[in-house]
Amino acid sequence: MALITARGLQKRFGDLTAVKGIDVQVEPGEAFGFLGPNGAGKSSTMKMIGCVSPRTAGELSILGLDPATHAAEIKARLGVVPQTDNLDVELSVLENLTVYARFFGISRAEARRRALELLEFVQLTERANDRVEPLSGGMKRRLTIARALINEPEIVLLDEPTTGLDPQARHLVWERLFRLKQRGVTLVLTTHYMDEAEQLCDRLVVMDGGKIVAEGSPRELIERHSTREVVELRFSLNEMDELGSIAEKLDGIAQRIETLPDRLLLYAADGDAAIAEVHARGVVPASVLARRSTLEDVFLHITGRTLVD
Amino acid sequence: MRAWACYHYELIGYRRTWKGSVFSQFIVPVLFMLSIGLGVGTYVDRGGALGAVDYVSYLAPGLLVSTAMQLAVGESTFPVFSNFEWSRYYYAMQATPVRVRDVLGGLLGFLLTRVLVGAGAFLLVMAVFGAVHSPWLLGTLPVAGLVGLACAGPAIAFAARVTSAANFSLMFRFVLIPLSLFSGVFFPVERLPGWLEPLAYVSPLWHAVELSRQFAFGAFTNAASWHAAYLLVWLVAGWFLAHSSFTRRLQK
Amino acid sequence: MLTMVAQAKRASALFERNVVVYKRLPWNIVSGFFEPVLYLFSIGIGVGALVSGTFTVDGEPMSYALFVAPAMMAQSAMSGAMIESAFNLFGKMRYQKLYDAFLATPVGPNEIAWGELSFALARGGAYSAAFLVVMAVMDLTTSWWAVLALPGALLIGLAFGGLGMAIATFLRSWQDFDYVTGIMYVMFLFSGTFAPIALFPAWAQWLVQVTPLYHGVELLRGLTTGQVGPGLIGHAVYLAALAAIGLTIASRRMGKLLLK
Repeated sequence: MALITARGLQKRFGDLTAVKGIDVQVEPGEAFGFLGPNGAGKSSTMKMIGCVSPRTAGELSILGLDPATHAAEIKARLGVVPQTDNLDVELSVLENLTVYARFFGISRAEARRRALELLEFVQLTERANDRVEPLSGGMKRRLTIARALINEPEIVLLDEPTTGLDPQARHLVWERLFRLKQRGVTLVLTTHYMDEAEQLCDRLVVMDGGKIVAEGSPRELIERHSTREVVELRFSLNEMDELGSIAEKLDGIAQRIETLPDRLLLYAADGDAAIAEVHARGVVPASVLARRSTLEDVFLHITGRTLVD
Repeated sequence: MRAWACYHYELIGYRRTWKGSVFSQFIVPVLFMLSIGLGVGTYVDRGGALGAVDYVSYLAPGLLVSTAMQLAVGESTFPVFSNFEWSRYYYAMQATPVRVRDVLGGLLGFLLTRVLVGAGAFLLVMAVFGAVHSPWLLGTLPVAGLVGLACAGPAIAFAARVTSAANFSLMFRFVLIPLSLFSGVFFPVERLPGWLEPLAYVSPLWHAVELSRQFAFGAFTNAASWHAAYLLVWLVAGWFLAHSSFTRRLQK
Repeated sequence: MLTMVAQAKRASALFERNVVVYKRLPWNIVSGFFEPVLYLFSIGIGVGALVSGTFTVDGEPMSYALFVAPAMMAQSAMSGAMIESAFNLFGKMRYQKLYDAFLATPVGPNEIAWGELSFALARGGAYSAAFLVVMAVMDLTTSWWAVLALPGALLIGLAFGGLGMAIATFLRSWQDFDYVTGIMYVMFLFSGTFAPIALFPAWAQWLVQVTPLYHGVELLRGLTTGQVGPGLIGHAVYLAALAAIGLTIASRRMGKLLLK
């Protein structure tokens, strides 16, 4: 049985419809991602699943229960990592966990045992008695994750878990989340980092403008919406204005050619073959890069390159 | 003229917040005059406990300087702390040719302006209450300015030293409120219990209250110049204390 | 029944959280007790000495300290409840976003409201009990009815706690709180606290009688001076009604604000 099932799920705030009827199914033990630009409706969806935002229309079932009538029962089995850390700055690191545990009705002794274990898990044991404020962004994030695990949840909701973290901190968070997944915890996360989605998600949906526009595993999405490889061609400054005509010259080399303000992208199954053909047609780019296609290519292809902030 | 720029900076900030200050600075003392002065005063005057002086006339010059002190101290705590800790504006100033004494001078000048405007308005209220008895009353203005600056110095030093804003509510409750209640504003300090009376003499507010009352009635005693001298000592010592605390905090 | 027990447990977890926080700030808790005591000494006793023999209530001579003390107790019950339920609640809700974290747990908005309110009452009740002891030691309680001043103070706390929470859900910024503080100050000075309202003009007397602190002051004064009559029930009913209205509004608004 699916842990989370949504059908025609909608969320309206006054005139604004943030989520315009989506269908989602999350199976036990999988890591499921919502990918999308800002304002796509990811966070609104997460809040409805977290039982802190009543749905406007549609069906939603979490752990077989309806959030409109069984919020407390559902929340008892969820762990939530919100987009911005909302740790209790008046408490110490350890107290943030033990006090939080009490909201789940966990006994004091058990709360302390779990808190110490979780601090170990997120590598914050040495900071147990420090205040929260002086912690680095990565440490706060890890503490928030530890807090979300205090009730040994079946599902953990993570809203942009690594936004704003430096590379080391991101990798540490990913590694911890990966371990959770190995333990069989179901992860549901939103992100706008493609590498994060590729690293963590078994399956994901791409959201844009409140709707789901694509669905599948990272590999499936790349296969469906992009090619195996991408060749990036850059040209010297005086050729910049002629990119359009150069693209015409290269017509037929790749499945698809995209003209950007500063370069050409060739979507092809075999990058090296495409490069050879470029040279054969007498085009001499300033630089050439062949790389594997990523979710970013899929994402930008589907949601467009216009800035949505 | 760098101090002048700092003064100007304070004034610009005040343009955004002056409305809120009208209540605490102007309406609160008027309400005190009504509630305690007229209310309780009715019974004081009935018994003649203060001799020929009516209670409103007794209370008003004290409230005047007490309000001046509270204003100056209040404006030297959160706003100063905020410029160190939250907006960190003092650190930004440090990157300019402005020196600590310019910042302090500008701040004290600003406080003096505020105290004098508030006290001037309060004199008009006193006229409405019929508490004007002598042309010397205008002399209460410099007394208000003096006590304001004398108490601002230590308050600025305190704000520059503390690391948490929670300390201010403690200072208000354990220092400022007791000072305003037991420095002879509401009743003569001679009526305090014997062990408490000497403490009142240490309070700069008591000296200001005495001096202000003498100006209000135009009747001076030999102690007047001592009161003024005591306040000046606080002013000078407060300046040096504030200056050194400020410098130390900026170096952190 | 079982769900009510679960709800009470969750609300008490919030209470516990506040206890953990304040354990670290003992002086902030203790200092709240001193303010009414200082006023009692300054105005009640200091100024009281100036009116000894001349102070009368309804034509009867009365010790001024006896008159002021219950008013200070009522005022402290009011401000204690308002600080926790209006100011602190607002800060936690709007700025710290603390409740967003709590709502991810089985705790609901109503349980948050009850948890905060019960803490406000416990804190205010402790102050009131301590103040009552000070009054008894200073011989400012003249009857055994004074014991009931403690529940009386809790009722004041409940009324202002409910009112404060309701207000906190409507305000937009700290600047708006200046108005709340202002109104509290006016009530503090004119609710028959320092002088009987019989001195005021008729319109002002009428206005004072509409405001809640006046009823709190009269209730406690009746109990600590032993002048107990049916009027006290009227004051208590007023405060209970205010509590009920405030809490109803607060619990509806909190749900709307927190669960968007």
